[in-house]
Amino acid sequence: MTKITIVANDGTRYELEAENGSTVMENAVRNAVPGIEAECGGACACATCHVYVHEAWKEAVGEPEAMEEDMLDFAYDVRPTSRLSCQIRVSDALDGLIVSVPERQA
Amino acid sequence: MRNVIETDVVIIGAGPVGLFAVFELGLYDLRCHLIDILDRPGGQCAELYPEKPIYDIPAWPEISGAGLTERLMEQIKPFHPEFHFNRMVQSLKKLEDGRFEVETDENEVFHAKIVVIAAGGGSFQPKRPPIPGIEAYEDKSVFYSVRRMEEFRDHDVLIVGGGDSALDWTLNLQPLARSLTLVHRRPEFRAAPDSVNKMFAMQEKGDLNFEIGQVTGLSGADGQIEAATVKGPDGEVEVKATRLLPFFGLTMKLGPIADWGLNLHENLITVDTEKFQTSVPGIFAIGDINWYPGKLKLILSGFHEAALMAHAAKKIAHPEAKVVFQYTTSSTSLQKKLGVK
Ligand SMILES: Cc1cc2nc3c(=O)[nH]c(=O)nc-3n(C[C@H](O)[C@H](O)[C@H](O)COP(=O)(O)OP(=O)(O)OC[C@H]3O[C@@H](n4cnc5c(N)ncnc54)[C@H](O)[C@@H]3O)c2cc1C
Ligand code: FES
Repeated sequence: MTKITIVANDGTRYELEAENGSTVMENAVRNAVPGIEAECGGACACATCHVYVHEAWKEAVGEPEAMEEDMLDFAYDVRPTSRLSCQIRVSDALDGLIVSVPERQA
Repeated sequence: MRNVIETDVVIIGAGPVGLFAVFELGLYDLRCHLIDILDRPGGQCAELYPEKPIYDIPAWPEISGAGLTERLMEQIKPFHPEFHFNRMVQSLKKLEDGRFEVETDENEVFHAKIVVIAAGGGSFQPKRPPIPGIEAYEDKSVFYSVRRMEEFRDHDVLIVGGGDSALDWTLNLQPLARSLTLVHRRPEFRAAPDSVNKMFAMQEKGDLNFEIGQVTGLSGADGQIEAATVKGPDGEVEVKATRLLPFFGLTMKLGPIADWGLNLHENLITVDTEKFQTSVPGIFAIGDINWYPGKLKLILSGFHEAALMAHAAKKIAHPEAKVVFQYTTSSTSLQKKLGVK
């Protein structure tokens, strides 16, 4: 199990035990983190699972692929640390990961 | 005088389930007109994931959203469905003779014995970009589509987005506009490479401006914008703009369906599981738009619902006819309808 933290827009911290191989979005939905809508269920087709990766974790998480960049065009207030949480896979390398939920999804 | 289209069935929504309904209804000799706000068939499969593979369509181990739509279109061809795209169904009401009247936002009127609502997650509508106060300018100087190009002549046009709509309208409106600025979040585009190259060539000649960034604010008065603030990697710039066209993709909204007097369950239409009929006899709801205990929003379920719906619809449309259950494999009369030689 890997520890990840999702910070909701009101500041509430969701500290979750995530299975390696699962996506950050799946963990958010399973734990009813507010603000992660994930309308398309993780198909990288809706941009409603947008999160900001905390600066310290940006490198470990890596850059979005072209398809994800395309979807990010539809997200709200996109920043250099923006990612779609359904495209971030949990692994040992991400133990301690912190992401936060934007003010709103698209 | 109003031009009224008379038909057996009006299907609201041309997603996969609406399309397959044409087949099932066709086997019972019911002619269909389909209406959709999109400009092509396929619903979510065409708009949201044309290239993604679907793995749970029986007998298709793998098929893309676009591929499924194409196959459905081929399958229903023998029944000559008529499509009315780029139209939103606004109202649905019962006529005195027991039929239904369906009206679109293009003022077309349909009279039908049966109405099938296959509206999925609702009608696709443009997404509103995250710009504070944009509502005040909508339909006055901010538009989400171009209905008449003339409305942009001699304006300072600002287009936001990086897909085909944004690039196509950049190229088409540039010759009419007083000035044209395209804003996109990054230098890469989703649009066809050919349009992108043309856009960059125009920029090089000084015929248009291209700014990397996001629009963060608008200024103006009485619904008329005057300028937009664009926040880019090097800070903020003001862009003169009297017309704004944001292209941020589409989202599904229930839309007018909620006002049609049908029983709803959390924004979905309640149906029975024998006929998939709504609370109004003669109006059916199939696919993602309906709700019943145990409902799963799968294409597969929608197809099943279409078959049972068609059987029930035939009895309403032709009460005198005897409805017999037949297989397409062995019934010569069904095969004749399908054009099998
Ligand atoms: C990314 C993604 C992946 C998916 N993967 C699968 C999968 O693997 N397997 C599976 O079975 N399902 C999958 N689905 C779900 C599947 O796409 C839906 O179940 C299916 O599209 C429902 O079909 P439908 O015809 O009921 O509605 P839709 O496809 O939603 O079509 C409804 C149409 O009705 C139109 N409409 C609605 N209201 C109006 C109105 N008032 N006037 C005019 N037009 C109107 C809409 O514009 C739309 O085109 C997936 C969905 C998504 C988003
Ligand atoms: S859940 Fe739709 S893009 Fe991530």
